[in-house]
Amino acid sequence: MNHSLYGQFSALHQLRERAPLFLAVLFGVTIYAATCNLLLAEDSVFHVSTYTVTLLGKYLCFALLAMAVDVVWGYCGILSLGHGAFFALGGYAMGMYLMRQIGDRGVYGNPLLPDFMVFLNWQELPWYWHGFDQFWFAMLMVLLVPGVLAFVFGFLAFRSRVAGVYLSIMTQALTYALMLAFFRNEMGFGGNNGLTDFKDILGFDLQADGTRVVLFVITAVVLGLAYCTSQLILSSRFGRVIVGVRDAEARARFVGYRTEMYKVWLFVYSALLAAMAGALYVPQVGIINPGEFSPLNSIEIVVWVAVGGRGTLYGAVIGALLVNYAKTRFTAVLPEVWLFALGALFVCVTVFLPRGLVGLAQRWRPRPAATPEEAA
Amino acid sequence: MSVRDVMQEVARRDHVWPFLMPSRGPRVDVSHSVILYIEGLSVSFDGFKALNNLNLYVNDGELRCLIGANGAGKTTLMDIITGKTQPDEGEVYFGRSIDLLGRSEAEIAELGIGRKFQKPTVFEAQTVYANLELAMKSDKRILPVLTSRLTPEKRERIDEILDTIGLSEQRALDAGSLSHGQKQWLEIGMLLIADPRVLLVDEPVAGMTAQETERTAQLLTSLAGERTVIVVEHDMEFVRSIARTVTVLHQGSVLAEGTMDQVQNNPDVIEVYLGEEQ
Repeated sequence: MNHSLYGQFSALHQLRERAPLFLAVLFGVTIYAATCNLLLAEDSVFHVSTYTVTLLGKYLCFALLAMAVDVVWGYCGILSLGHGAFFALGGYAMGMYLMRQIGDRGVYGNPLLPDFMVFLNWQELPWYWHGFDQFWFAMLMVLLVPGVLAFVFGFLAFRSRVAGVYLSIMTQALTYALMLAFFRNEMGFGGNNGLTDFKDILGFDLQADGTRVVLFVITAVVLGLAYCTSQLILSSRFGRVIVGVRDAEARARFVGYRTEMYKVWLFVYSALLAAMAGALYVPQVGIINPGEFSPLNSIEIVVWVAVGGRGTLYGAVIGALLVNYAKTRFTAVLPEVWLFALGALFVCVTVFLPRGLVGLAQRWRPRPAATPEEAA
Repeated sequence: MSVRDVMQEVARRDHVWPFLMPSRGPRVDVSHSVILYIEGLSVSFDGFKALNNLNLYVNDGELRCLIGANGAGKTTLMDIITGKTQPDEGEVYFGRSIDLLGRSEAEIAELGIGRKFQKPTVFEAQTVYANLELAMKSDKRILPVLTSRLTPEKRERIDEILDTIGLSEQRALDAGSLSHGQKQWLEIGMLLIADPRVLLVDEPVAGMTAQETERTAQLLTSLAGERTVIVVEHDMEFVRSIARTVTVLHQGSVLAEGTMDQVQNNPDVIEVYLGEEQ
């Protein structure tokens, strides 16, 4: 009868409509940057420096992180001010693998213990560092640790029907508590220096151009996959329940949905995206320290999403890329002004652009209203 | 109790463990023609007795109106039946065998008790069609919902309900853009599509025009018989037009019950409720 109405009930149809442009732009830029870095001579005008490639890779990690926040905030109204915690945990798990890969090439040359443990006079590896010399185990932990934390936290919070600003404060407290814990040397995660001085990943030199380009390309692929998966999930009936929970949770409950379980699983999914972002971020940046847990970082993620526009996924990606580009530029020229600029940006977006840049674009090109044929 | 006694108790052969019992499923036993038993219900909030030893029996297929002044406990009663509030004392049974107390809202909705809120509550950011699709009777656990599809049978059912509530033309509109009365209807449609045994309808005609009110009255009376409908309403004209049995609540307990005429001529009722209006 009318395809446009029924189309909204087919997740695949939705994906076909929304994914191609996003994927085309993402992979176009990725392939361009990768080939120009690897194939062109350094003095060519079109050469993309390895520094730029790594910077782009870092931005894409942030874009994935922003998408994770958009999934819970934009679609379900859960304002998490602690997503940096899942990002950092994923990063730490990857960092532990990279530390174990250093082997005896560290400053102290200890084949088993990372440098900071030798420095602290530790005699043996703590139990929770075992297994991280295996890549598969580390990757499992990248997902498992943040996933379990998100499940336990979400289960307790949502079952007790904690919502709104109280939930935001709790997530903030969560990441703050983790930051304080990771700052302690006794925790065995390198204290305030964190984990750094990485040498190679799966046997490939982390400083080599090729490795960096591959890491960048992998990040882009993961971002693309995460975008498609999220679109599929959110345009299924599950996604419609999630939006229903955002707009009228009581109605969803009285219709018969156990809303707390829906929220818990969405929260876990979002935490997994954030953790993957963290795991991809660490080898490209070369360091992970407890600063990543700081509440300020988590708030910054929310600003990216707000600037880009909530509830569209690509809006979050655009927001993350633009704000981070601005940050790179700003902190190079006027480092002390950046935080003020960020605050001002957030206030302006909240007051003037409640739906972000995406909302602004949609205002210029309004969606056509339902035509009579469509409605009939 | 000695260990031996405990063992004997555990090993008793005339006793079947609850987890071994075949699950009865949500079949409502209405063999005594009563679908809702509410007995000795009391609940207080910070010392205020919202319900005070309330007894109410609703027959299967009945259209029952609940009236009462503000604070008489009508909404609290609905909250308890639907699992939003737990009472301090009392019992609520759905049919003869299903205890409703201690169950979550979602469980009670699955059992077949639907509720319409006082303020129309629909999923505003989604289309009318999607609202009905979400409310449809189906498996509401997460995995089945993730892979759920809009089958032709479902479309037919949605079209049927759209027809009943008169929103066929608005099917592709966002529910948020409907008028107040249309939202009320959409919410009633969302109840109907879940195919409940009992509908609890809180103030269905608030904010409706006279015509809309009339159509709502027709709709609700047509539902009775097949389903049980409990209506809370302030609009006395409306109550008169639909009600066969009216229950008057006052200060958390039942003050009177009977036909509209009986209730109106009841001296207690005249004193505490209708008297104030006249």
